[in-house]
Amino acid sequence: MSLKSLKIPNIDFVNRRHLAMIFSAVLLIASIVSLSVQGLKLGIDFTGGTLIELGYSQTADLEEIRGKLNEANYQGTNVQYFGSDTEVLIQFEPQQVSSAKLSSSIIHMLGENIDVRRVEFVGPKVGEELTNDGGLAMLYALIGILIYVAFRFEYRFALGSIAALVHDVIIVLGVFSALQIEFDLTVLAAILAVIGYSLNDTIVVFDRIRENFLSTRKVDPKPIINDALNQTLSRTIMTSLTTLLVLLALFFLGGEVIHSFAGALLIGVVIGTYSSIYVASSMILALGISKADMLPSEKESKEIDARP
Amino acid sequence: MNHYSGWKNALIAFFLLLSALYALPNIYGSDLAIQISSAGDASIGEQDLATVENTLLTNTVDYKSIGLSDNRILIRFESSQSQEQLSTQALLKATLSRNYVVALNLAPSVPQWLSDLGGRAMSLGLDLRGGVHFLLEVDMEAVVAMSIDRYYNELRSLLREDRLYKSIRNEGNSLLVTFKSEESKQQGKSLIKDELLDMQIVEGSESELQLSLEITPAAIKASKSTALKQNITTLRNRVNELGVAEPIIQQQGSERIVVQLPGVQDTARAKEILGAVATIEFRLVDEKNDLQLAVNTGKAPAGSKLYYFKSGRPLLLKTSVIATGENITGASSGIDQNNAPMVNIQLDGPGGRSMLETTKEFINHRMAVVYIENKVETVLEDGEMVKLRTKTQDIINAATIQGTFSNRFQVTGMESARAARNLALLLRAGSLSAPIEIIEERTIGPSLGADNIAKGFLSVLVGFALVLLFMAWRYRVFGLVANVALTLNLVTIVAVLSLIQATLTLPGIAGIVLTVGMAVDANVLIFERIKEELKSTSNIQKAISAGYEKALLTIADANITTLIASIVLFSFGTGAIKGFAVTLSIGIITSMFTAIVVSRALINLIYGGKKVKELAI
Repeated sequence: MSLKSLKIPNIDFVNRRHLAMIFSAVLLIASIVSLSVQGLKLGIDFTGGTLIELGYSQTADLEEIRGKLNEANYQGTNVQYFGSDTEVLIQFEPQQVSSAKLSSSIIHMLGENIDVRRVEFVGPKVGEELTNDGGLAMLYALIGILIYVAFRFEYRFALGSIAALVHDVIIVLGVFSALQIEFDLTVLAAILAVIGYSLNDTIVVFDRIRENFLSTRKVDPKPIINDALNQTLSRTIMTSLTTLLVLLALFFLGGEVIHSFAGALLIGVVIGTYSSIYVASSMILALGISKADMLPSEKESKEIDARP
Repeated sequence: MNHYSGWKNALIAFFLLLSALYALPNIYGSDLAIQISSAGDASIGEQDLATVENTLLTNTVDYKSIGLSDNRILIRFESSQSQEQLSTQALLKATLSRNYVVALNLAPSVPQWLSDLGGRAMSLGLDLRGGVHFLLEVDMEAVVAMSIDRYYNELRSLLREDRLYKSIRNEGNSLLVTFKSEESKQQGKSLIKDELLDMQIVEGSESELQLSLEITPAAIKASKSTALKQNITTLRNRVNELGVAEPIIQQQGSERIVVQLPGVQDTARAKEILGAVATIEFRLVDEKNDLQLAVNTGKAPAGSKLYYFKSGRPLLLKTSVIATGENITGASSGIDQNNAPMVNIQLDGPGGRSMLETTKEFINHRMAVVYIENKVETVLEDGEMVKLRTKTQDIINAATIQGTFSNRFQVTGMESARAARNLALLLRAGSLSAPIEIIEERTIGPSLGADNIAKGFLSVLVGFALVLLFMAWRYRVFGLVANVALTLNLVTIVAVLSLIQATLTLPGIAGIVLTVGMAVDANVLIFERIKEELKSTSNIQKAISAGYEKALLTIADANITTLIASIVLFSFGTGAIKGFAVTLSIGIITSMFTAIVVSRALINLIYGGKKVKELAI
């Protein structure tokens, strides 16, 4: 079957935006409630602490490991399988009197013939810095994007795209909080990538909205925005699908270490696609965008049309 | 219309060939190898190569090849020869002098002609090849405290000549001077101003006869940066002693040092060696004063200080030091005639002279060796971060001076052979000028590294295949063109990564996977636009051209914003995030070239200038 015969769809996105707003509001409130009630399950990258991944030649006995750890008086440990039952992940909270030495003594205690696959130790100071730097990175990315979009389009578009981004980030964080999936450095990278992706989507729609405003005499922004959404719809879906395909490959085949990274991106791409259709355009509509606002960049647009 | 000129096509082909050439080194595997490099600044030459070859010949070592390049000797082994690799390393370590670093390595087996052209395989991060990453922090408070100590002595000798001061007190961050009179204070002030350029009077601290002095901010900054540099040098020496191929030792920020040791598995030893701030001091035993009295009162008589053996046995030692670790020019471990571990020590000129004078004067007295170790660690205490500093000073041994000696002698009484080896190594490599603390450690075992490569590679492959199928199904001929562009994009990313030798990590692979998904976006935008154009015009050539033109600006806008996000990621970048940002940024840039220019060239070749009835899109 080929899809080429399909006509440009004509879905009334704009008049359904109130429904979408309710949907978004519910998700946002749920996310914020979850984030403020139980917060994020931060990984040792942010909290500090020690993590040891061990590989056993046969099924590992978690109870035995817990017993040994208790015997040696290690408190605040978390022992679990990691990916398969021959791999064990032990996490230690920042210890009262601890240092990078901890990992050596643990390995020594649990005995020989265990493959030490990974040891991570993050000092409390480093963790605190990462938390701050992570927040700052997110802020800088948003500011940089705001400036670029305001410069290329118009401030209402900039606000619309930022609204969509904040929407996406809060909901992805909300899912991580609600499901208590561990939030580590790679998830932070994924969220920043989501910002990039969602923005990419939004810009494509905005570009079309601007183009349509300039090429028509109509004044009512609603049908113009709706046309733009419909015209870009098949591209939006195609790109989301190809991205989702590779993310699914990464999620299922990439291994435990980037599992939550791929997960965050999967959620983010779905939410980002939705928000570029509903949130960003509803926002510029609410801010009162009109044909007159597009005029400064008319010259530029004409130049494009004039090209062969 | 829709025709690229010959030179334009040639240029595109040239770029693609270049990419293919520089991506090529990655398809060759790597050999087990031993790498011999210089521990100092000396270069490795043909003569060294001959020495090594001779050693291998006389010991009938079986190896694949040996060669000298980039100031290092590489001995390659077949993949089945891991035993030979290990035994040969031990052999060479034992036979070669300490001026060489003998390390295990994996050497890419890129053919000569390719490496002559500058072709190199991508450098793999620690998470893919296994190894240790440490982030070390220099205790800068200790650095400042040490400089205050130094200035205390300088100030005293400066003011002593004219007997200007009554007392000088070290108050941690400042020195409080009490002068004898107003006159001597004025005199002292001008002396300090002229001679002690690194000190300034604390504002508002001046009273009738007193004033406080502090170190100027510039001098503090200078001493911090000196301490950091000295520590980096020492760490480099120690890593050389450990024998690691391609270690990375870098300054990060103003007080941190990153150490990456690819392939090192014995992290316990690496930590012990890197973190130890150890030195030794040689002191005479105070034989006159009453030891028991000092222990009971806890007060040592003037000119002496109370020290302990590790066993807890006390001993009074004289405060004047004969020689310290800084006087040591060489140290090696060995076994004495009683089969006990010991350390052979060589001193420099001043150290040797001082030792000679002392041993002449105090023959039949006892001399003690004190092992001093400074440690610092940050712990959480009631939610507060506290720096714990510990200084251990243990007497290793105290032996009677049997005869005079100067710059060569032995220290016995070592706890174990391992302790002797470690002490010799630390003394050789020099002591750290300030305590350092390991604030982050990441170790990846070789099995996990191999797993990560396999899984990363598989997910790239599967994700890539899925996208290829999907595009071919949706856009037919155009989809195939996009697929060629996508494949070339992957090749170009690998080529750029290899050329700039950016480190490829697992998140980096994830970045490549994501780029694969997003790179087709440009083509999707163009193709959808062409389809739209086809609805309003019957001129197919015009539709293709308009599709490309109109989509261009959108693609640029969308990609530049994503690029902004990934540049922020990069500048924020610690390891994992940086690796992801690098491949994502490179992927975005190369995809603009392949998805727009290369795909256009292909479409032009297929449809350009011909009468086309219908597009397979």
